[in-house]
Amino acid sequence: MSDRTSQNAPGTGGEQQPLLRIRDLEVGFQTTDGIVPAVRGVDLTLMPGQTLAIVGESGSGKSTTAHAIINLLPGPGRITGGSIEFDGKELTKYSEREMEDIRGKLIGFVPQDPMSNLNPVWSIGFQVEETIRANGIATGRKDVRAHAIQVLREAGLQDADKRLKQFPHQFSGGMRQRVLIGIGLSSRPKLLIADEPTSALDVTVQRRILDHLETLTRDIGTAVLFITHDLGLAAERAEQLVVMYKGKIVEAGPSKEILQNPIHPYTQRLVAAAPSLASRRIQSATHESASHALSDLDYAPTQVTEGLDLIAAAEERLEHTSRTKRPDAIVVKDLTKVYKIRGQGKGASGELIASDKVNFTVEKGTTTALVGESGSGKSTVAKMILRLEDPTSGSILIDGQDVAPLKGKGLLDLRRRMQPVFQDPYGSLDPLRNIGNTIGEPLHTHNVGDRASRKARVLELLDQVALPQTLITRYPNELSGGQRQRVAIARALALKPDIVVLDEAVSALDVLVQAQILKLLADLQAELELTYLFITHDLAVVRVIADNVCVMQKGRIVEAASTDQVFDNPQEQYTKELLNAIPGAGIALGV
Amino acid sequence: MSNNTPSPNHFVAPLEETPLVAIDAVKVGERPSNLWIDAWRDMRRRPMFWISAAIIVLIVIVALFPTLFTQIDPRECILSRSNGAPTATNILGFNKQGCDVFSRIVHGTSTSLSVGIIVIILTTVLGVLFGMFAGYYGGWLDSVLSRAGDIFFSIPYILAAVVIMSVFSAYRNVFIISLAIGIFAWPATARVLRAEILRVKNADFVMAAQALGVSRFRILLRHVLPNSIAPVIVVTTISLGAAIVAEATLSFLGVGLPNSTMSWGNDISAAQTDLRTAPQTLIYPSIALSITVLSFIMLGEVVRDALDPKARAQR
Amino acid sequence: MAGYIFRRILQAIPVLLGTTFLIYFMVFAMPGDPLLALFGDKTPNPALLERLRQEYHLDQPFIVQYFLYLGGIFRGDFGTSFSGEPVSAILARTFPVTIRLAIMALFIEFVGGVIIGLVSGLRKGKLFDASALVISLIFISLPIFVIAFVAQFIFGIQLGWARTTVSTGAPIQDLILPAFVLASITFAQIVRLTRSSVIETQSLDFVRTAYSKGLSRRRIIPVHILRNSLIPVVTYAATDFGVLLVGATVTEGIFNVPGVGRTLYQAIIRGEGPTVVSFVTVMVLIYLVVNLVVDLLYGLLDPRIRYVK
Repeated sequence: MSDRTSQNAPGTGGEQQPLLRIRDLEVGFQTTDGIVPAVRGVDLTLMPGQTLAIVGESGSGKSTTAHAIINLLPGPGRITGGSIEFDGKELTKYSEREMEDIRGKLIGFVPQDPMSNLNPVWSIGFQVEETIRANGIATGRKDVRAHAIQVLREAGLQDADKRLKQFPHQFSGGMRQRVLIGIGLSSRPKLLIADEPTSALDVTVQRRILDHLETLTRDIGTAVLFITHDLGLAAERAEQLVVMYKGKIVEAGPSKEILQNPIHPYTQRLVAAAPSLASRRIQSATHESASHALSDLDYAPTQVTEGLDLIAAAEERLEHTSRTKRPDAIVVKDLTKVYKIRGQGKGASGELIASDKVNFTVEKGTTTALVGESGSGKSTVAKMILRLEDPTSGSILIDGQDVAPLKGKGLLDLRRRMQPVFQDPYGSLDPLRNIGNTIGEPLHTHNVGDRASRKARVLELLDQVALPQTLITRYPNELSGGQRQRVAIARALALKPDIVVLDEAVSALDVLVQAQILKLLADLQAELELTYLFITHDLAVVRVIADNVCVMQKGRIVEAASTDQVFDNPQEQYTKELLNAIPGAGIALGV
Repeated sequence: MSNNTPSPNHFVAPLEETPLVAIDAVKVGERPSNLWIDAWRDMRRRPMFWISAAIIVLIVIVALFPTLFTQIDPRECILSRSNGAPTATNILGFNKQGCDVFSRIVHGTSTSLSVGIIVIILTTVLGVLFGMFAGYYGGWLDSVLSRAGDIFFSIPYILAAVVIMSVFSAYRNVFIISLAIGIFAWPATARVLRAEILRVKNADFVMAAQALGVSRFRILLRHVLPNSIAPVIVVTTISLGAAIVAEATLSFLGVGLPNSTMSWGNDISAAQTDLRTAPQTLIYPSIALSITVLSFIMLGEVVRDALDPKARAQR
Repeated sequence: MAGYIFRRILQAIPVLLGTTFLIYFMVFAMPGDPLLALFGDKTPNPALLERLRQEYHLDQPFIVQYFLYLGGIFRGDFGTSFSGEPVSAILARTFPVTIRLAIMALFIEFVGGVIIGLVSGLRKGKLFDASALVISLIFISLPIFVIAFVAQFIFGIQLGWARTTVSTGAPIQDLILPAFVLASITFAQIVRLTRSSVIETQSLDFVRTAYSKGLSRRRIIPVHILRNSLIPVVTYAATDFGVLLVGATVTEGIFNVPGVGRTLYQAIIRGEGPTVVSFVTVMVLIYLVVNLVVDLLYGLLDPRIRYVK
């Protein structure tokens, strides 16, 4: 098999020894039914100081490959073949004891979820100091402490000396990730493995932390193996890309080239489906000329990207939503929600203003996106509109009717016209009720039709969301996240509502599945004249699906305009930051 | 700019080696599966389930039809054969009063089992009511119910039963002793259910049902309770064993059932002075007691493992 | 931390009032003459009856009785036993013995249980683990008095390694066997709980991160795995202290250990109702105090509890 990546990568000098050279790596997981392969014949080469990204969906084997390098595979995982050569040493032959000398010292590791990767019972200082001691960077109480402070300062914690004694739960997610990056780089390793290092963080924090990580590794001269599901992010942060699919490498090479000229059908799918890339493309298209048809800009989508092409979906949406004024479906006026919170610490109790005089309007048959980071109050607003929470003050008009006084029959009628789809595909369906019962529950609750007609409606709904009718007797745990989300959409549509509130409805899905669901939503909107209120943290998705955007920050709407206006001419600093945080900013696409 | 000739360091895998599959294709097994179905399939494969279930069925049959297993009258006691050795018909020998040990064990089964069953009915009813309302409705109701639970929980239930049985010394029977044990044992069930309901009630499917207009109480019955009940079943199975031990302990302490009632606890209590001379009179009822308790605890463990997917994955 | 301690103590007060009230209610608010009920089928002599009547203020309304009784408890007055000796005097005599026994038992169950549970969890599925699981199940199913008798029979009578009854003064060597018996009831639970807790902790992200930092297994096991696994074990031990108290009553009774438990045991056996109530109250108070202490310890073990709420 030929060398797959970067042997002669430009700028690294062909004669240089590779830092990491993986050949034909095979990893399997021992189960009761024998060994299940997770990584099959992976080859990759990383030169000193270089950054290489492995891109793939969940289950592609990208993390497993990274973990195999430092032998951090979970319990039943084993390297079953191939070689991993690091700095001229064969790591697969290393004993656990020898591996300890490599880990932390020569190869640093930054894990994915900052919330679960620090031990909650030990102070931050303790966890940094033990790393420094274990790798022999410093000895003696004072030296170790001084070094720990330095490590945390470098990672971007200015008041590190004061915070050494604090515990992880006293840190925000971004701060914890900075600590983990500090730990990973504390011994100036030759290689840093960063496993989705910012996926769990807010987008603006994400960007700041990645910028910081980039500066640090460049200064130290550390090579980075970057694992991510986001093609745009990968291309932006790494010179070299490796695309993995079902345990195998399908395409590898220079980032820009892959992005501009994806050859393997799977890579083409990914490029077509990645919202970050799609939003860039739409953006550059509208910039060049407003009359330019969107699809002309793109490379020719092949048949494999059928139903995934976000740009096509966006175009479709533009066609059916003409720019004429429509009646208002939702009018929100001065909507305010104040939570009383029991104070942390010294008996202080206070108020949390989750939503602060929020105003916006959603026109019938259009999509309005409510965008914000965690804690911005966007979900609180959604819940108030759905009458799942009562507002502290302000009003909500649905089709011109004030919903606040509605009770009993009137409220039931409102619920019939407005349905939600929630984020967590694993939590949004009752695990003990079968799909037929779940989709039929709205009909049952609202006494629609008889048994037979309800069943017919359920079958019809399954067709509408493109699920086989046989699922009617199945349970949610048999379905994937995307399929569950389809079921949730079917349930929401059962009563033929006018308005659907989508609360981060696609955020937890893999890119391809996400694209599929976005397409489905666009189709349904065109077919059923639905009004969408789309709650999300991801501006890239907004570009693809929404007509209008409201940007929320700390309970307030800071900017509200049409999607084009927001993207072309953002007024607020915060909106600009959010836009900047969409990965892939500096990449020239195949336009 | 688009072209299809990659540069030399651009690798593309041959499509034959990396065939594409449909995105998010529906793949389901032959039969439907959910938590309960999976748990049952899991249990069915485990010998420990069948062993404990078989013992429990046997115990129930013995309790219901003791005469199927022995023809000897347990009350036919002849002092001349006090602590006598086993014979062909009296396979476990005789106790101090000269009664047949085996027959007394067989006839004592129903006492232990009845106490166990009445206690778990009581603890489950009280525990589910308290735990359900406290967890689901929260607020002041939770504070009141949970504090009440704390108070009952703070008196070890056997000590409480000792006091109750001392007060009701004139009315000692199976029902009173079960009441005395159960009235202080329910907070364990309530706590388990409350914690589980707190977890489940925040699930998105509860919010979805609310948004559909399903009434709050109906959501509790249809969605929340069914999804929270699994740990209660585990606790209940295990506490059936614990209740049997509690009865035996109270009888052993002399505040349990009157001597006229046949029970393993009474027999063990009566035999303790003969430990040196006739250990079998103490050992056999103890074995019967332990096997009964063990089978319920084993069943509880199997059910716990089967109902907890995390535990299943850990094995 | 000071705030945490203060809150915990504040929370314990209603429970203290509630439990004492409940006990008092069970005994004295029942219809009929509570004293006669407490004596069961025995007929107490009238002089004793009169003395008890005065001691419990039975001529007063129920609620007044309770507060007088509660006041007594706060002054350390738990009433008098049948023999006329104040309960507090009996406590002063017997308490040290029980403390000695309890500390020995706790030491055995904790050190033994945690070590076996840890090894079991680290070698999940191996022979050691399987045997530990089976043995612990058997121990969980055996009532304490059966364990006590079997231990007495094997180690006392058959092997002659230990005295079947403890000699006066309760020297340490005589308490070893009873301590093991007492430890056995919760020992098995601690093994199982430690095991499952270790298995769970082992698979947590921060343990993997600890490996990635270059720490050795020898450091990770005690510092990251065991340390975190102890939190649920300690919580369990606190709630199960009640089982230990009942166990102490039975064990001290069977081995004739001159402690608080034996006093209660004998009072129960002899049907001395009022004394039983006094000692049960004492035990409940001990239970409350132990739980409070463990709660505070829990704050030390888990910084999240200490700072939040």
